[in-house]
Amino acid sequence: MKGIGYFMSRPKKQWYYHLMMLPGMIFLIIFNFIPMFGIVMAFQDFSPAKGILESRWIGLDNFKFIFGLKESRQIFSNTIIISFGKILLGILIPVCFSLLLNEIKAQFFKRMVQTIVYMPHFLSWVVFAAVVQGIFSYDGPINALLMAVGVEPVMFLGSNQWFRTIMVTTDSWKEFGYGSIIYLAALTGIDPGLYEAASIDGAGRWKRLLHITLPGIMPIILIMLTMALPNILNAGFDQIFNLYNPLVYKSGDILDTYVYRVGMLKRQYSLGTAVGLIKSVVGMILILAANKLVTTFSDRRMF
Amino acid sequence: MIKRGKLDSLTVLIYVVVTVLGLSCLFPILNTLALSFSSSAAATAGKVGIIPVDFTLSSYQKILNDQQLWRSFLISMLRVLLGTSLNIFLVITLAYPLSRNQREFGAQKIYIKFVLFAMLFNGVMVPTYMVVQKLGMINSIWSLIFPGAVSTGNVILMMNFFRSVPKALEEAAEIDGATPFQILWNIFIPASKPCIATIVLFCIVWHWNDYFSGLLYMTKVHNYPLQTYIQMIATTFDISKITDIKKLQEFLMISEKTLNSAKIVVSVIPLLLIYPFLQKYFTTGLVVGAVKE
Repeated sequence: MKGIGYFMSRPKKQWYYHLMMLPGMIFLIIFNFIPMFGIVMAFQDFSPAKGILESRWIGLDNFKFIFGLKESRQIFSNTIIISFGKILLGILIPVCFSLLLNEIKAQFFKRMVQTIVYMPHFLSWVVFAAVVQGIFSYDGPINALLMAVGVEPVMFLGSNQWFRTIMVTTDSWKEFGYGSIIYLAALTGIDPGLYEAASIDGAGRWKRLLHITLPGIMPIILIMLTMALPNILNAGFDQIFNLYNPLVYKSGDILDTYVYRVGMLKRQYSLGTAVGLIKSVVGMILILAANKLVTTFSDRRMF
Repeated sequence: MIKRGKLDSLTVLIYVVVTVLGLSCLFPILNTLALSFSSSAAATAGKVGIIPVDFTLSSYQKILNDQQLWRSFLISMLRVLLGTSLNIFLVITLAYPLSRNQREFGAQKIYIKFVLFAMLFNGVMVPTYMVVQKLGMINSIWSLIFPGAVSTGNVILMMNFFRSVPKALEEAAEIDGATPFQILWNIFIPASKPCIATIVLFCIVWHWNDYFSGLLYMTKVHNYPLQTYIQMIATTFDISKITDIKKLQEFLMISEKTLNSAKIVVSVIPLLLIYPFLQKYFTTGLVVGAVKE
């Protein structure tokens, strides 16, 4: 006997799907789409007392103000410099690390190392920042090392010379292990027959690396690079917010920290929204472009 | 073939470099643990590395009576429980209809555009805050759960996984007269356990580690989740007070280090407890996440 499902008309079945989507869509509408209407604040001189409907419209004045500010040029360049460094090191170190790990034949040792290096990724920046502060503090180990070789101690986290470098390196420190997973997976996918054939032909370690391993993982490196590029305006709020201070605003203040300070702490809602909007729009365009690029040159896509 | 048993200098070097990198990843946890068991004087003098100096349990004795710490701990636990449940419910109920093809669910095309747009267009912090405020959720635990209830990235991940479930299973159930709810519950969910487990674990970690929602939506320390509380005590630079290098130095040298470290340890232990499970699944998640066409 055939059940009701067999005879259930397609429209009726579709109602089940609509019903299933309903709770999620309600949350999306309230917390994602309604706030998007709040974006109009970027074109207003918004005051909470008047609300969105009553506030004065000022067109592009907020944007003109932002681009006129000397401060904001600094913030844009800080953001781009820091995230560019992170993207670069965020690929370079995991690739090198996975190449090194791939050379290790002792399976137990290899697995133990993997277990350990993936861990920092799951620690929050709140926790990690406390450790970073300790290491780079005036009386911390790095300065102890400097003093041992006769160099004046440096107040690293208060120095505009050092701040960006520390952000980039500590970020790679936290994430390199987790970032290497994808390359390790790609390395196991390389045909072992190629290595054997190369060995028979007398190719040494370097030759094998240069002619088999690197070409083998090059596609995934390019894909990861393309996927990372849209993050150029995401310099890492959680890290910087937990490590910066007014002394390093000049080199370390980024778009997200600026939005938070101006938009939330100083309650300049319109300005905060305008900067946020610039970031969202540019970010979305970059992601769409990157996705297009990845789909054209590989069999993958980002979403 | 690579000869076994032969240790050339390059191999030794590789082992050394990998070991150093591995140890560097253990350092944050070992250092925090060591600090929490050291005397305040040793910690302030910067003598503590990965081994406790002047071993003492006094930090832990002190934090036992820290009511706010344990209150925040419970708030975080409750948040993880409620938040993850809601996340998973919404991920599954959104991903399943979205994984249907055009013929089965005509509106799929429109819905997916909505979800993708929500995923790609973000960063409207100020307006989102105002919505939460208007709904009267400031200082309520729901402000930590509702705004991020739909994790769009995970919806896409789940959707792709559902698409890979063999059609034959589903067709058999359809002939038996199962409704879409029954098919989802009896076929798709059991077939997607590894993917669901991955998402559950990621959501747990996200809720546990997120300090920012607490900072944004809680005006009273009383209501802070654990990470926000830790952030407040351990790492915030009180912006108004740091005006020159000297103030910053003083800030970084305050002797609360050992106490704060003990609190950080408390906040990390739950993560370490689920880490073995995490490790089992997150590679699966990444492999599934790397969408192939």
